[in-house]
Amino acid sequence: MIPELGEYSLILALCLAALLAVVPLAGATTGNRLWMSYARPLARAKFLFLAVSMACLVQSFLTDDFSVAYVAGNSNTALPYYYKFSAVWGGHEGSLLLWVLILGGWTWAVAAKSEDLPLDIVARVLSVMGMIAVGFILFTLLTSSPFERLLPNSPAEGGDLNPLLQDFGLIVHPPMLYMGYVGFSVAFAFAIAALLSGRLDAAWARWSRPWTVVAWAFLTLGIALGSWWAYYELGWGGWWFWDPVENASFMPWLIGTALVHSLIVTEKRGVFKSWTVLLAIFAFSLSLLGTFLVRSGVLTSVHAFATDPARGYFVLALLGISIGGSLLLYALRAGHVKSESSFSLLSRETMLLINNIVLVVVCLMVLLGTLYPLLMDALNLGKISVGPPYFNSLFIPLMSVMIIFLGLGTVARWKQTRVSQLVAKLWLPAVLSVLTGLAVPVLAGEAYDIRVALAIMLAAWVFFSQLRDLLSKVRNKSNPIEGLRSLARSYWAMQLAHIGVAVTIVGITMVSVYSDARDLRMAPGDSIQFGPYTFVYDGVREHKGPNFVSDKARIRVLRNDAMYTEMYPEKRFYNARGNVMTEAAIDPGFTRDLYVAMGESLGDGAWAIRVQYKPYVRWIWLGGLLMTVGGLLAASDPRYRKQARREARRAQAQGGMKAQAQTQESTA
Amino acid sequence: MTPKRKQRLVIVLAILVGVSVAVGLTLFALSQNINLFYSPTQIAQGEAPTDTRIRAGGMVVEGSVERSTDSLQVRFELTDYGETVPVEYTGILPDLFREGQGIVAQGSLDGNGVFQAVEVLAKHDENYMPPEVAEALQASGKMPTPEAEVFNK
Repeated sequence: MIPELGEYSLILALCLAALLAVVPLAGATTGNRLWMSYARPLARAKFLFLAVSMACLVQSFLTDDFSVAYVAGNSNTALPYYYKFSAVWGGHEGSLLLWVLILGGWTWAVAAKSEDLPLDIVARVLSVMGMIAVGFILFTLLTSSPFERLLPNSPAEGGDLNPLLQDFGLIVHPPMLYMGYVGFSVAFAFAIAALLSGRLDAAWARWSRPWTVVAWAFLTLGIALGSWWAYYELGWGGWWFWDPVENASFMPWLIGTALVHSLIVTEKRGVFKSWTVLLAIFAFSLSLLGTFLVRSGVLTSVHAFATDPARGYFVLALLGISIGGSLLLYALRAGHVKSESSFSLLSRETMLLINNIVLVVVCLMVLLGTLYPLLMDALNLGKISVGPPYFNSLFIPLMSVMIIFLGLGTVARWKQTRVSQLVAKLWLPAVLSVLTGLAVPVLAGEAYDIRVALAIMLAAWVFFSQLRDLLSKVRNKSNPIEGLRSLARSYWAMQLAHIGVAVTIVGITMVSVYSDARDLRMAPGDSIQFGPYTFVYDGVREHKGPNFVSDKARIRVLRNDAMYTEMYPEKRFYNARGNVMTEAAIDPGFTRDLYVAMGESLGDGAWAIRVQYKPYVRWIWLGGLLMTVGGLLAASDPRYRKQARREARRAQAQGGMKAQAQTQESTA
Repeated sequence: MTPKRKQRLVIVLAILVGVSVAVGLTLFALSQNINLFYSPTQIAQGEAPTDTRIRAGGMVVEGSVERSTDSLQVRFELTDYGETVPVEYTGILPDLFREGQGIVAQGSLDGNGVFQAVEVLAKHDENYMPPEVAEALQASGKMPTPEAEVFNK
């Protein structure tokens, strides 16, 4: 009964989405205000029914209703309740439902938060989001409904959730990632609405900026969480693999980062307008491409659950319609957009343009490396894979260029900057970062590594240039505390996010160069020395979990021969599927992680054990967290609301209500 | 040319140069870093180059895994049920590595026809094999019949 209710709600949501896609848009085209006003209630009702549908699926999971095929395939009575809950999006069907639910959530949020926008824009934006919803709800219902029953032969026990996914990381990683992916649909919808209305001015940039930056912040958090999850759960301490599925989420992030910056220029200076629209289209298209890559089964990885060609074709068709349609619209409408101002070659506009170009080029290179093997395979030119060296050898130099311009762009002025100004402001940060860069490898105490020196120089450059800019903002004020207070929230957001970039660079550099890993055979009593730490292996004991049994090793860690801590890595055997899983033991720290994982039993109590020393690895995710906070802070700047209100008034005044404008003038 | 046009020309040229450098670098890096996949039959017939980074995949032959007693060196054989190739690897094997299962190894072929693996991948669950392996088995006509349903095992 409950699953049928879920399916029924989903069908209702589809009908509402179809209405939402058509009625308000038709109203906006014909100027029918009544039809336009249907947009908000429809968006709210659609979200309500999607939520009901999701609640039904959650209920089926929590009550172990194995007559539902999807529950039977992804859950088990022995699973703890919180994993039953997260198992809802542990497979293909459920994660699609989560996708449409989150899309519904964003649509609802736009409907609720848009009271200051002109009605025709709201109607168009919500209609575009309704169209996307129609596509994806149809996809869910036709090819991958999570509510399908296994009747009458329903199993008594479920097949269990993939043990890799039985983890806190999986409870939070997919929702955050989807919030980001799907959030770009708002920027996309605003861009399409602007194209449809033909009013491609700075206003649309202002309206879509907070939405875009929130989506970007969630995507950043989602990627950081994914990397953290891979680090501790996949068992071997890697934090980024350039795996196609990771790339699928990284590409929208790159374009999203470009978009967030380009929107600033469009809003403040009224230039790059058509470029920004194009970026908004690309950011969402790449989110769709990511969905296609992961969901169609063309990739194999822990993320790709099923291989069903029908699903692949369906997503491909969705992809084709949305990208093709929006680019066609772009080609028809964006051609005669005029810039509202000009800028000289040396200005903040140029610096941000360089930021955009580098990010787009990096994205193209990731795209090429990801799609090349698929292309070769499709053309029968052989099975190939593109290794991490390809990505690293391009990503690092390109991003280094961008980091240099990050510092320049922060300090540079809009419209025009003189070289002398830049030199006067930045010579000290430059000298300081070179000195820091040269000093850090010496302090690290190992063989001098020039790569570390260069990378730390870049991180220090970000840090010192931000600091310099902050100082010059405060210096003019009589009281420094007053000065700090007077800075806008969005300025602090920029500072935080940029410092986050520096922190991530430090983490990546240190862990890539100074990590130490050893695989060895350890019998009880064996020990191994790692700098000041000694790891003593005491042997393995059997241990029983809720739905698994495990071999749990005890490893004592001594620091300078004094007892420091004990670590318990595990080798788990999950009964339901017969899967074996490595559960690493980690001693986390601000400046280093100790990481121990068990390989396989070698007989006589001896095990293959991997011991790792990971300096500064946490900084990678700490930087991601700072960027996320920066993004959310920027979106919460009260300035947007005030400006949106002003903008809306102006748009209404321009909307042909001459008489009203005249009365306003006369009263003024 | 007006100064404004000149400025535009400079920007366009800069973008062009930037993009072409990036494309050149990308193609170069790509050509250095693609790893071709070979099946055991292809390797046995001498189609695979030696001392070049390649991928090899197949089923691990039952009873062929030999562990060294004092190190993590392991030796096993990989088959597509047509030919077999010996593989040597030092390190920890993935959790899903088992005899009779499909794997993909990354490494190079030495002069003696032994595949020296630097990485062994087993990215699949117990009734699923890597797509490369599945295709290689289909090509040799030795695809085993799929195992039973996932549920209720």
